[in-house]
Amino acid sequence: MSLVDRVFLPRKIRLPRVEGLVQWIVPLAIVVVWQVASVTGFVPVRVLPAPSDVALAGWKLLLSGELIRNIWVSFWRASIGFLIGGSIGFAFGLANGLSQLSAKLTDTTLQMVRNVPHLALIPLVILWFGIDESAKLFLVALGVFFPIYLNTLHGIRTVDPQLIEMGRIYGMTDGELFRRVIFPGALPSIFVGIRFALGIMWLTLIVAETIAASSGLGYMAMQAREFMLIDVVVLSILIYALLGKLADTASRVLERLMLSWHPAYWKR
Amino acid sequence: MQTVLRTALSETELASRASFAPQARLEREERRVQTSGLPLNIRGLRKSFGDNEVLRGIDLHIPAGQFVAIVGKSGCGKSTLLRLIAGLEKIDAGSISFGDDVLPQDIRVMFQEPRLLPWARVLSNVEVGLGRDCASSDAHARAGKALAEVGLADKRDQWPSVLSGGQKQRVALARALVSRPRVLAFDEPLGALDALTRISMQRLLERVWRDQGFTAILVTHDVSEAVALADRVLVIDEGRIAHDVMVNTIRPRERGSAELARLEGSILSRLLSADDHT
Ligand SMILES: Nc1ncnc2c1ncn2[C@@H]1O[C@H](COP(=O)(O)OP(=O)(O)OP(=O)(O)O)[C@@H](O)[C@H]1O
Ligand SMILES: [Mg+2]
Repeated sequence: MSLVDRVFLPRKIRLPRVEGLVQWIVPLAIVVVWQVASVTGFVPVRVLPAPSDVALAGWKLLLSGELIRNIWVSFWRASIGFLIGGSIGFAFGLANGLSQLSAKLTDTTLQMVRNVPHLALIPLVILWFGIDESAKLFLVALGVFFPIYLNTLHGIRTVDPQLIEMGRIYGMTDGELFRRVIFPGALPSIFVGIRFALGIMWLTLIVAETIAASSGLGYMAMQAREFMLIDVVVLSILIYALLGKLADTASRVLERLMLSWHPAYWKR
Repeated sequence: MQTVLRTALSETELASRASFAPQARLEREERRVQTSGLPLNIRGLRKSFGDNEVLRGIDLHIPAGQFVAIVGKSGCGKSTLLRLIAGLEKIDAGSISFGDDVLPQDIRVMFQEPRLLPWARVLSNVEVGLGRDCASSDAHARAGKALAEVGLADKRDQWPSVLSGGQKQRVALARALVSRPRVLAFDEPLGALDALTRISMQRLLERVWRDQGFTAILVTHDVSEAVALADRVLVIDEGRIAHDVMVNTIRPRERGSAELARLEGSILSRLLSADDHT
């Protein structure tokens, strides 16, 4: 919007802002109630520290640089694991969606592996990799693989066959058909997979870092538990929630950009 | 037929030069109109799906530029015949020839569903109809012109999902027309539209057919639509052409005239009598 619009349409600008604030009323109220409950002693500090204490702990860790370092390590593990697992899942989804032979060859195996909860592999993974980075990356990648694989495959298989026939009638080559018909048609389903995968990514990382790590948010929480620093424990949990929300928002924005043709994304 | 073939070849040649020579493009446009329309020869055409013998020997000659309507009861094989003509199914026996070597873009099909790409704007959906020429520099201009022909020039930047059913079908028509086809096959293109939209679409079909002179093959279950639009109505029954009726009324035809009504009645009674036999 240009500067002129801003000057002449102040109400249009303000309205969405107010609406954007509405969703924060409840979280804010919870924090206030929590603070009051802690200060009045209704909730013992050993059970749940006051929000102000958590904030203070966060501030201290921030100053010491420890917080940033741990967040960065966790973020790095999450994104690298997601990229590895996601691209392998996407590749298999594409191959099995497009080629009968490939699907016959690998789909049954993958469906079988899918039934093993990937977190059940933690003992084995520790035996294989120890507690270094590759253990965490492996687990995250494995967890992310399946939602992306399944939804890419589903998306490609459910592209309207009439559209594919139309593409062929109008002389599209295989490459064009993929680029202009199959991939855009599969994209909504692929995004569903990405959203699922992001959830699994954080979950896997939390568990893995809590059990076997020497850095990262999960490690920070476990360390704090040993020294009975309950404010740091709560802080780590909140940061996980925040990072999860951030990843979800990022994928939503991307979705909205890439699926701008879809009526479901036109209005909130 | 030799001349037609040569024009078709030089057309592609000109297309590659079109961006440099507007004069050549004009010439090509003119020649297109003159040579539009291919004759169609079908000999002993058979098609079965498993044990289901759908077409049992179709013999048919359609002169260039004729408007033929095909009617018949549901499941008699109208769509199958159309798909064979468009090369979408394999022929079991017999032959279909166009009296000429045809380029893929010479034959276009329109279906009951518009089959637009929901993720492409209206204009790029029409550009799909250019096939291999899709990336050429005059693609926008040609697609825009085809859109204008169906009266949707102002919708070029819309997503298909905001269009009404009739408008979507008009975009599909523009996409079929943009390559200046010489045979245009319609499979119940107006089947999903309301009565008023149908009538305006019928007028549009008749107009573009008269303007461009392609050979039109229209499958419909609406006999009044068939007699209103076609030069000739074919009734298919038991896998064969059971009746071949010429509609010689002069155009523009007057809807609901006694003559058309009489013709419609006689074709309907034939369809119904065919129903009694089975
Ligand atoms: N791909 C296919 N595989 C198997 N059977 C088919 C196939 N296509 C058509 N048929 C069969 O061929 C017969 C004719 O089908 P077709 O679609 O040509 O009928 P139609 O005359 O177009 O009917 P309608 O008016 O309902 O559209 C039907 O019995 C149908 O079941
Ligand atoms: Mg049909």
